[in-house]
Amino acid sequence: MKLKELESCLQQVDTFEEPKILLEQYPTSPHIAACMLYTIHNTFDDIEGKLVADLGCGCGVLSIGAAMLEAGLCVGFDIDDNALEIFKRNTEEFELTNIDLIQSDISSLGSDSYAKRFDTVIMNPPFGTKHNPGMDMQFLKTALTMATTAVYSLHKTTTRDHIQKKASDWGVNMEVIAELRYDLPASYKFHKKKSVDIKVDFLRFSIT
Amino acid sequence: MKLLTHNMLTSHVKGVTKGYPLLIKATEVTVREVEFNPEFVSRMIPKLEWSALVQAADWIGHLQDLPTELVTDYEKNEDFLRKVHRVLLEVEVLEGCLQCPESGREFPISRGVPNMLLNEDEA
Repeated sequence: MKLKELESCLQQVDTFEEPKILLEQYPTSPHIAACMLYTIHNTFDDIEGKLVADLGCGCGVLSIGAAMLEAGLCVGFDIDDNALEIFKRNTEEFELTNIDLIQSDISSLGSDSYAKRFDTVIMNPPFGTKHNPGMDMQFLKTALTMATTAVYSLHKTTTRDHIQKKASDWGVNMEVIAELRYDLPASYKFHKKKSVDIKVDFLRFSIT
Repeated sequence: MKLLTHNMLTSHVKGVTKGYPLLIKATEVTVREVEFNPEFVSRMIPKLEWSALVQAADWIGHLQDLPTELVTDYEKNEDFLRKVHRVLLEVEVLEGCLQCPESGREFPISRGVPNMLLNEDEA
């Protein structure tokens, strides 16, 4: 599948009707999702025939893309009823059968919950700003316990040094695959401007 | 919820030491075709709790002729891999609940999604 094709498919994925501030529910744009998945698939071969987890999957754009790229199975995890409802509807519309869903609170999972059960973890975690500081690192820490090969994640570029240091502490290798400009639409009322561009790193953590 | 997913689920209710495997009480089960990938199935087998998979299949009435003991040299045994594929990926629990074997706490499954969220006093 070509990148353009993947992106145009992902444009059909429905997203949040009323995003919740506390859960930082901003959707991953079809463009960013397609670029991430395309790289994970083509450069690293970490999707096709793999058991993939998508943490904080929201309405499922990354999971649906991974399923389209022929993951053995992609399991989405999210805490929120509404997100899972939309996700479910999306998988039905796309007629994908290699997807499963678990309603679960990533921040309260123990380190042994899914220890090494997945090949690959993909995620666009909450950035851990404002209402839930440190949430991004909690997601990352959990993801690293679940995967045997690699974790792919998006993080604010301003936190790169901090994450690099943590990655060294945890004994995993971190690679910046791309620096993206994340166009955060003014989904929430407290955003004064129409949209805000923030710098985001697309990171790969390899587990040895 | 597919049985591959069920095979990974544990109850983490406070105080529970053995929350695995979760008992499946299904009220609606379906079978949906999934493309057969023998390599994927072979790779999943060593990661599985085989006895939990056999139990799960039995609880929902889809054990059929799945061997209760894992066969040797399964990588080359297409017939066996197809049976595992079916149970792992094609059979799905749509409605019902999962029950913690120790505390008895039930986790509802609705429209195929198990709800593993705990209340504050259980976590």
